[in-house]
Amino acid sequence: MTAKVIKQETTGMNGDEAIAFAVKQCDVDVVAAYPITPQTIIVEKFSEYVANGEVQTEFVCTESEHSAMTASLAASATGARVFTASASAGLALMHEMLFVTSGSRTPVVMAVANRALSSPLNIHGDQSDSMAERDSGWIQMYVENAQEAYDTTIQAFKIAEELDVSLPALVGLDGFTISHTLENVNTLSDDAVKAFVGERKYPMVTTHEGKQVPFKLDPANPMTMGPNVAPAFYFEFKRQQEEAMRNALIKIREINAEYAKISGRSYGNGLIDAHKLDDAEVAIVVVGSTAGTLKVIVDELRSEGIKAGLLRIRTFRPFPAEEIKNALKNVKVVAVMDKSMAPGAQTGTVFSEVRNALFDLKQRPLTTSIIFGLGGRDTAPRDLRKIYEDLMKAARVGQVDSLVRYLGLKE
Amino acid sequence: MSSKDKTWKELGIAAVCYRPSVGFMTGDWKTYMPIRDLEKCTTCLTCVMLCPEDAIRFRPEHGKIEFDLGFCKGCGICANECPTKAITMKLPEDEE
Amino acid sequence: MTTQEWKFTAKDMAIKPDLFTSGHRACAGCAPAAVLRLVMKATRGPTIVTQATGCMEIVGSIYPYTSWNLPWLHTAFENAAANAAGIDAAIKIMQKKGKMSKEHIDIIALAGDGGTLDIGLQALSGAVERGHDFLFVLYDNEGYMNTGIQRSSSTPLGASTTTSPAGSVIPGKLETKKPITEIMLAHGMEYVATATPYYWKDLLTKVRKGLEVEGPAFLHVFAPCPRGWRSEPSKSMEYSKLAVESCIFPIWEAVNGIRQLSTPSKILQLAPQKKKPVKAYLEGQGRFRHLFLPKNSHVIDQIQSLTDARWAKLLKQCETATN
Repeated sequence: MTAKVIKQETTGMNGDEAIAFAVKQCDVDVVAAYPITPQTIIVEKFSEYVANGEVQTEFVCTESEHSAMTASLAASATGARVFTASASAGLALMHEMLFVTSGSRTPVVMAVANRALSSPLNIHGDQSDSMAERDSGWIQMYVENAQEAYDTTIQAFKIAEELDVSLPALVGLDGFTISHTLENVNTLSDDAVKAFVGERKYPMVTTHEGKQVPFKLDPANPMTMGPNVAPAFYFEFKRQQEEAMRNALIKIREINAEYAKISGRSYGNGLIDAHKLDDAEVAIVVVGSTAGTLKVIVDELRSEGIKAGLLRIRTFRPFPAEEIKNALKNVKVVAVMDKSMAPGAQTGTVFSEVRNALFDLKQRPLTTSIIFGLGGRDTAPRDLRKIYEDLMKAARVGQVDSLVRYLGLKE
Repeated sequence: MSSKDKTWKELGIAAVCYRPSVGFMTGDWKTYMPIRDLEKCTTCLTCVMLCPEDAIRFRPEHGKIEFDLGFCKGCGICANECPTKAITMKLPEDEE
Repeated sequence: MTTQEWKFTAKDMAIKPDLFTSGHRACAGCAPAAVLRLVMKATRGPTIVTQATGCMEIVGSIYPYTSWNLPWLHTAFENAAANAAGIDAAIKIMQKKGKMSKEHIDIIALAGDGGTLDIGLQALSGAVERGHDFLFVLYDNEGYMNTGIQRSSSTPLGASTTTSPAGSVIPGKLETKKPITEIMLAHGMEYVATATPYYWKDLLTKVRKGLEVEGPAFLHVFAPCPRGWRSEPSKSMEYSKLAVESCIFPIWEAVNGIRQLSTPSKILQLAPQKKKPVKAYLEGQGRFRHLFLPKNSHVIDQIQSLTDARWAKLLKQCETATN
């Protein structure tokens, strides 16, 4: 039985507004947040909904991001469905609590309007903030545009709350590029979203009273959450988180397909979104909004007979290594573009993980790392087109020009 | 099976505690133990209220106070605070 | 705020089941453990406790054992109050939406002096300003005891800690104790009080009054640490009494900013000759032993004059009380 695609409304919204709208529809119980550019529109829009009685949500304006994540985690531990949002320095301030939230297995959903980290201070978009948190045990999904920001936020609640996942989920959108840019966004009806997301269910745990009860703070079932554990135990709990991530690889695909049935929109297989990659000789791998521009470039090149392709990584954590390997195995030259930089790593973060995924192939593509777009540095279509031209040259000579280069850097 | 032998699949998620601490006897920590002179005890219950371990309990059914040496750490607060000096702290060998 | 006087009798309290149970791993003679036991005795119904990292959080939750017979959450060191905020928000909305039974649930946030005055101050101030309904109980053992007796802003002048050791040049901590209750009062809280475990009935009453407040309430409880203070384990309650008798730690409560001394301190106001010199309190505590060297006697004088000044100021602040 196939579900029918729901009739949708088209409204002009930027990425932040689209996310606030999605949160409004998901019957979220608590939003605990602190403002930071370029996420501010999310919390401001949501405050309006609260003030106008359009949502039944307790909105807590915490005094810092660290407390925002704490309050979110504690509310989620009490059984509430929780959302928060941050960016850049705010996300960095939450760093300690990100690990705690994941380890506590509370399915908080957070939007991150990706922005550069200080110092120097820069309010514009790059992905350094959430890339720096890739070890924290959060599911990380990056969107290409405001439409996907809306769709992915809705999916994130369902993914995070899956019983054999029970991990917090981060939805990344490029700061200003997506967060502040107006687009046509097709939204589902309130009922359709509510039915899709459903009610939060809780995994069962055994307490010190010997009872098997839902995992939440409830005076009817006393439970101790957040104890200290000896070396004899810690490792096992981390392995449980890893298993949850592996389960998420499956659930994200399923939920992407389920959502496609009612919305008419599917994002690749949910983990990766390939564009004209099947017979591609050269390809770029990228995370985020740049993929939108690259799709246009790829189509242009294809019309000229050049076998160019694009792989957008939608889900970065858990890292879909198998899917990436299979998608790229027949490509001759791959450039991985990183909109973030970790000084001292020499090559990009996404680049390292993609290269790692390709390493066991008997026949490996040539790979090259491109660091770009830091601190909101613009990347023109002609620069992107030039990358493909360089890749074609590399395919002909059998060698890439350099292991790493900095696109748009004044040097 | 000892808790320490449980595999990651056997342990419940998120380290929710599954044993009450009353299963962990702290009584072997003590050096000194409380000895009571029942004739001096007025059942004021000060010792019951101030013991950090809840190792001194009042039994209303027979109006008596019981010391639970299984948990008593021998701190001596009860002896120090007893208004009638009904409790003294002694080394176990002194009592034999 | 109800004006009912609760009568906590020893007999009633003695037979009430403990929610912080035996088998916890606190040191022998730990006053904070006694404080927690007493605070839990004063609960009135469904209660959720959230705690900051510290001695009491560790000793009661050594996996897989727990000493807590109620829902209990620990996340990190600086955020007991932010935990409470999240729990409060969740309960409010879930009860409103019918996702949770409408029976009132009390929230108690517990933290040591580190998790309250220093790293915990921001979250506490924020939660209080936003008016969340919770009682914050500070068990003050005047140092970061769990990590090895390092100084906190609550460590008193002259105390030797591992990060303010009494050396040949510097005689222990040079700064005075941060007045956390004054900071809390400045927030305009409905109920702020101080207590010590020796006067346990007073402590229970204050816990109950704090719980009765619909909004934030703050209770500062003095709690000697024999390990950190290098004092006799058997004397932890005696020191918590001496602290009051020497006016080092006066006990009082402030309802809507109007302060009243509690009886043990009131007695000293009415009969100043009963006030003990600070020396009687400092003696026998290893952390102050170096002050009894002739070259450091000026510090004892300093402590005495600071104590006297603070006591005089407190008496003035209490003058505006209604009775």
